[in-house]
Amino acid sequence: MKFVDFVCFGAVVPQLKTTDRDGAIAELVTSLDKARKLGRGNREKIIQAVIKREKEASTGIGKGVAVPHAKHPAVKNMVAAVGLNSSGIDFSALDKQPVYSVILLVSPVDEPDKHLQAMETIFKHLQNEKFRKFLRQCQTSEQIEDLLREADENPSL
Amino acid sequence: MQTGQDSLEKTVCETTVEIKNADGLHMRPAMQFVDIAGQFECDISVSNNEIIVDGKSIMQMSMLAASCGTKLKIKAEGPDAQEALNALRELVEDKHFDEPTPKEKNNKLF
Repeated sequence: MKFVDFVCFGAVVPQLKTTDRDGAIAELVTSLDKARKLGRGNREKIIQAVIKREKEASTGIGKGVAVPHAKHPAVKNMVAAVGLNSSGIDFSALDKQPVYSVILLVSPVDEPDKHLQAMETIFKHLQNEKFRKFLRQCQTSEQIEDLLREADENPSL
Repeated sequence: MQTGQDSLEKTVCETTVEIKNADGLHMRPAMQFVDIAGQFECDISVSNNEIIVDGKSIMQMSMLAASCGTKLKIKAEGPDAQEALNALRELVEDKHFDEPTPKEKNNKLF
C-alpha cells in the first residue's frame, strides 16, 4: 500500500498549534473532518476513540514520531492525517522524548487487514532515518505531500 | 534445535506460529510481543515470507502486517532461546494476544 492510498493531503498540518497530545489529536481529526472524510457529526466521537486508544498504550514509539489511531464504526474509508510540530509534543513516548511528526490513522472496524497494510507502509518509512528527518523539516503542506509522494515512488528515498 | 554443549556455542531455536486473533498483528499485539521478547537475553528475529525483523523493535514488528492466519517464523539465539520461544508461542497462539479469534468476534457481533 502507498501513502497516496490513504493519506488525505487536504488534512496535513505543517505546524500544529498545540504541543499537548490530546490537542494534537483533536486538531488532526478536525482537519480530516473539514476535508469531509469522516461523515457528518462524527468528529467528537472519533477524537475520543483515538484518545482512549492512546491512553491504553502510547503510540509514540520513539525517534520523535507517533502514530495515534483508532478503528471506529462511523469511519467508512480508512484515512490518515499528518501533523508536525517543531517544538515537540509530549506523547508519553516510549523513549520519553518529544514527538515532532504525527501520523493519525482512522479505520473502519471491519477491515483489519487494510489497517495492517497502512501501518506497514507508515512504519516502513518511519524506520528510515532520512524520511523522518525530511518529514520533520517540512514547512508547508505542499512539502509534506511532495515528500510522501516521493517516498511512495522511491521507498529508500 | 539445540547446538552442542560447548558454552561458546549459542543455542539457536526456531519455531513457526500462526496469528489467530481476528485483527492480526496490529500495534497493540506487536507491543505485547516486543514486551515479552525484551524480557529475554537472546536475540529474537521474526520473519514472514518477505522480510526478517527484530522481534524486540516495535517499529520493525509493525512492518510485518501479519493478518489473521499468517504464519511467522520466530528465531531465537542465546542462552534462554527456548524459554523465549515458549513464552512467545503462548502469547501468539494460546492467548492470541488476549483478543478474539474470528469465530469469537462473529459471536460477539450477532
